[in-house]
Amino acid sequence: MNKMSREKQDFKVIGTRVKRPDGIDKVTGRAQYGADLVVPGMLTGAVLRSPHAHAKINAIDTSEAMALPGVKAIVTNADFAALDDEFLLDVADNCLAREKALYHGHAVAAVAAKDAQTAKAALKLIKVDYTPLPHVTDVDDAMKSDAPVVQAGRKQENVKGDYSDNVTMYCEFGHGDVDAGFAKADHVIERSFKTAATHQGYIEPHACLASMTSDGKADLWCCTQGQYFVRTLCAGILGMEASQLRVTASEIGGGFGGKTTCFIEPVALALSRKAGRPVKLVMTRDEVFRATGPTVSSSSDVKIGMTKDGRITAAYAALRYQGGAFPCETVAMGAQSAFAAYDLDAVKTEGWNALTNRPKEAAYRAPGAPMAVYAVESVVDELTQHFDLDPLDVRLKNAADAGTLSSYGPTFEAIGLVATLEAAQKHPHYSAPLGENQGRGVSCGFWFNFGGNTCVSLNINDDGTVGITEGNPDIGGSRASISMMAAEELGIPYEQVRTIVADTSSLGYNDVTDGSRVTFAVGLATIEAARDAIKKMCNRVAKIWEIDPDAVIWENGQAKPSGPNAGDFEPMSLAEIAALSSETGGPIAGHYEVNADGAGVSFGVHLADVEVDPETGATKVLRYTAFQDAGKAVHPDYVEGQMQGGSAQGIGWALNEEYIYDDDGMLLNAGFLDYRVPVASDLPSIEPVILEIPNPGHPYGVRGVGETSIVPPLAALSNAVSRSAGVRMHELPMSPPKILKAIASKG
Amino acid sequence: MVQVKLWGNLRDATDGQDVVEVEASNFKQLLDRLSEKYPGLKPQIERGVSLALDGRIYREAWFTEIQPDSEVVLMPYMKGG
Repeated sequence: MNKMSREKQDFKVIGTRVKRPDGIDKVTGRAQYGADLVVPGMLTGAVLRSPHAHAKINAIDTSEAMALPGVKAIVTNADFAALDDEFLLDVADNCLAREKALYHGHAVAAVAAKDAQTAKAALKLIKVDYTPLPHVTDVDDAMKSDAPVVQAGRKQENVKGDYSDNVTMYCEFGHGDVDAGFAKADHVIERSFKTAATHQGYIEPHACLASMTSDGKADLWCCTQGQYFVRTLCAGILGMEASQLRVTASEIGGGFGGKTTCFIEPVALALSRKAGRPVKLVMTRDEVFRATGPTVSSSSDVKIGMTKDGRITAAYAALRYQGGAFPCETVAMGAQSAFAAYDLDAVKTEGWNALTNRPKEAAYRAPGAPMAVYAVESVVDELTQHFDLDPLDVRLKNAADAGTLSSYGPTFEAIGLVATLEAAQKHPHYSAPLGENQGRGVSCGFWFNFGGNTCVSLNINDDGTVGITEGNPDIGGSRASISMMAAEELGIPYEQVRTIVADTSSLGYNDVTDGSRVTFAVGLATIEAARDAIKKMCNRVAKIWEIDPDAVIWENGQAKPSGPNAGDFEPMSLAEIAALSSETGGPIAGHYEVNADGAGVSFGVHLADVEVDPETGATKVLRYTAFQDAGKAVHPDYVEGQMQGGSAQGIGWALNEEYIYDDDGMLLNAGFLDYRVPVASDLPSIEPVILEIPNPGHPYGVRGVGETSIVPPLAALSNAVSRSAGVRMHELPMSPPKILKAIASKG
Repeated sequence: MVQVKLWGNLRDATDGQDVVEVEASNFKQLLDRLSEKYPGLKPQIERGVSLALDGRIYREAWFTEIQPDSEVVLMPYMKGG
């Protein structure tokens, strides 16, 4: 464990707003994204997708397509390796369907041809013999015992009850006697909720370029949140050894969890292997919507009892999630997050996952938490209205704190929820007057954060500058933050450090950029790598000075004698030591490898003001403030950006975004014109308020910040709209027709 | 002996107990002993679990030391986005 070793007032670089290293490249178009790479002899790939929501694949005839001039290769699932591993098999079967097409848009075959036109023409010549099957897209329908079964035999041992085979897992968390707790309440409210599946909405579609040679060596360039995991998946699916596949991550135009797996990369590699030429495969926006992972949709029931002075006596939630056509366990994360903000004597949460004929779920910022917290925070808000209590007072009265037995099992160590709630209460936003048809919503949010496998190399260049090699794609400013932490530790200017993201052959394994882990875990490893290099530099200086290594200390970027007894020597700077590296033993580098722990959980509180037009049902967000326990903010601009970005995505989830299916299971809105994400003109300036409560598990007190901010907006918006419209909303998105219907229902 | 708190549905594998005791001084020993003593837990342990030690969550870390008075909680494997 890495205990915090520095007080925040010591920092010189950490906490400043230095220039981002990728800014010029990105605004001038020089940055290389997934689709930007071009190599000689490259072919263009294209994918044939199922027109059915659910169908048996009887046969695939590629002969006519293959005969088309310019077509170099066609692959199906049969071109993948035979797999035993269930997880890997699911990824492979999602990349190319095996026996059944499981959702509308499921990939069935792929072509590599001399150009895009030829590839598209070839797709039309592939003959697939389907037998359409009954389908199901709604989670509650999918759980019914007579529902069409998406995949049989996937039920875990823990599922009981009269459910269809689509129900793959069950989980339960909590403590105390909830029935006794409800009996103590002055009022109990029980409500049911629904949330739609939403897409991560990254601007850059998935894209890759694969090149495999006849001796079985391969290179893959792709936009991904984790090149090492891509290597693991692709090597497994293609039956390759990891050492023979080098994966390089491009710049990434957004991921938010959606690029933590593979959709096209194994297909491109299989095409390249078959064609003997490099193959580029780039998804269209339509394909991104139809066949990459949105988050789960949910159906839930929440019951909470409260005394008239605002103390929660018992809480219960039943969460039902669907994550598409393959098993997922996202509901377990939701079930653990649902009541995490509360100190409860009696709490129980149950969760079920069901298969549906929809695309395979992929992670999306704090996966599973937003929809669970939405339902809980909505009922808490309704109870505060019932008793005419202040929403933040009630949350403070029930807030989890250090020593609280959490609803998911462990006892919390130091956490920042109370400080975050108090900051919200004192903020001018909370006391600002509201006008007609306007309402204010409050919600807490929670996310776990984690660390994970991390490997960093730090090289002292002979001119006294520093190069850092790390293995996590930079999706939120990590190159800047990592350079800052190295500069802080080494005592040199930020501008003298450059961090690059390595390919999989250049560094040991790094987990995916997810779980809000990178600034925490890679930062931790960078600090330790810098300390390793400092130790080596001090040893070199000790030899030059002919004194004991323990008599040399490092201060402000210089090696110094530790005291008068060590001798009288002029301090040597990092640049001076670097310049003598050849004479003193060769290159100087620091390394650190760790499976980091101690990430520390994070809480957020959001305030939202909205105005609902009673004639149109349209909602305008007037003011939005996000408070978050962020630990030490390494680069406050990036932390604020994460808080604003998560808030904006949550607002879209609450008001507009949803996958819309017709009765045949066809997705009707596979594009940004019909799937409406909020744009800048839809939103007010989102004010981020960072609370720097140090994480004791990191040398500088850093905590992950990337995910928590998407958890509170759903309920903050729903509570604001409900108070504005004078009627309680129970379904997301709160699109104008739903709001008008709710207003009409109150009479 | 270390007391291990389980999440609710795992009670089916432990004769209804949500807290069980095993002899272990680190996470690897703890998971091995749990699988031996309660074979019904093995499928879940093989699918992946996290462990919370005195409030701090670990995803792997076999050799993390456990003190006899530590609070140990078995949790599902953490995933993020």
